[in-house]
Amino acid sequence: MSEAITTDVVIIGAGPVGLFAVFELGLLDLKCHLIDILDKPGGQCAELYPEKPIYDIPGYPVIGALELIDKLQEQIRPFHPTYHYGQQVERVERLAEGAGFRVVTDAGTEFLAKVVVIAAGGGSFQPKRPPVPGIEAYEGTSVFYSVRKMDAFRDQEVVIVGGGDSALDWTLNLAPIAKRMTLVHRRDDFRGAPHSVEQMRKLVAEGKVDLVIGQVQELRGEGANLSAAVIKKNDGSVVEAPATRMLPFFGLTMKLGPIADWGLNLHENLIPVDTEKFETSEPGIFAIGDINTYPGKLKLILSGFHEAALMSQAAKRIVDPDKRIVFQYTTSSTNLQKKLGVN
Amino acid sequence: MPKITFIPKGQEEIVIDAEVGSTVMEAAVRNGVPGVEAECGGACACATCHVYVDEKWYDKVGGPQPMEEDMLDFAWDVRPTSRLSCQMKIVEDWDGLVVEIPEKQA
Repeated sequence: MSEAITTDVVIIGAGPVGLFAVFELGLLDLKCHLIDILDKPGGQCAELYPEKPIYDIPGYPVIGALELIDKLQEQIRPFHPTYHYGQQVERVERLAEGAGFRVVTDAGTEFLAKVVVIAAGGGSFQPKRPPVPGIEAYEGTSVFYSVRKMDAFRDQEVVIVGGGDSALDWTLNLAPIAKRMTLVHRRDDFRGAPHSVEQMRKLVAEGKVDLVIGQVQELRGEGANLSAAVIKKNDGSVVEAPATRMLPFFGLTMKLGPIADWGLNLHENLIPVDTEKFETSEPGIFAIGDINTYPGKLKLILSGFHEAALMSQAAKRIVDPDKRIVFQYTTSSTNLQKKLGVN
Repeated sequence: MPKITFIPKGQEEIVIDAEVGSTVMEAAVRNGVPGVEAECGGACACATCHVYVDEKWYDKVGGPQPMEEDMLDFAWDVRPTSRLSCQMKIVEDWDGLVVEIPEKQA
């Protein structure tokens, strides 16, 4: 493990609310590191509805979800946040009294932070598990939801399920090294890039990839070792494809994930907070945005922005207990304007 | 107001008065019908408001548009009468519509 990163605040989740928290904390001179499981900022705005319009951001009669994320990133740039993408926070441990927290991700990145802000929205995005009975038994040995090492698929009988870019790209990339490659999709129409679809069709025509239109119904194997996938074709017939490895690509869903193990009080997968500081049951750990709950809570981006502003005041008191906080406006304060780089 | 019957898997059916112009997903959520999650809030972006339209009703209701069909690839246990209920805008004609809710959304 490399050396721990020391910072004022670790923000878990780089959605709109996590991003705006950098701004409010930055005005109070607190440095932030953002961690997100996705490979990009924006959370649900980026993953679920990037092209969709939002109508309730104050000052914008309409703004695209991704456009809002771009603008938030621009707005927080003066505070130089550090982004850590493609990582999930696994542990948050309290250090000795007053020393803050150790935060560790699944990639082994370690942070020492005075304050932890959970801005995790609906939880972390995880691959969807297809409706095949008993699939869990094969996960991690024969069934994978991503490709970490291509070599794990060399000389294997591979079944890929799905019709988007991930399914197509891996069909094309793994076909040359796999012993056998079967692509399964529920319809003979693919969402992926036209060029990839064309290349896949070519491999099918050359007999290098088997294309089966239908749905995987059953898996056969011994213990954790898969041997075949039983596929029900759309014409009603059933075929068996040899399968020592399977890669289902059914998109992502949101799961609370490891947050449940951090010793916080939870209520129906949400984190209860007070409405003065938006602090959790653990002092020094805050929760803002869709992930929190309190009387009257509305899951709106604008509510999350408000929560970020109030949370920041409390965070400042933890990081700099001896400093008096002077309330200032960005419009008139030369001090704040200097921080924003506009003066 | 058209009446819509929801049949959550293994549970009693729920009949609601639905508003013309709103979506079947919105009608379900407003009336607390279990099993329609609509994680994305109706943006045709998550496939967690998946329903099975009763076979007798499918022709009348019609099939999915291309964007919805793409998103159905992500739904759990897709069948020939699968639809995403956030893309089903209710019309007066749908009085008596019956939809089943799958066992799981994801």
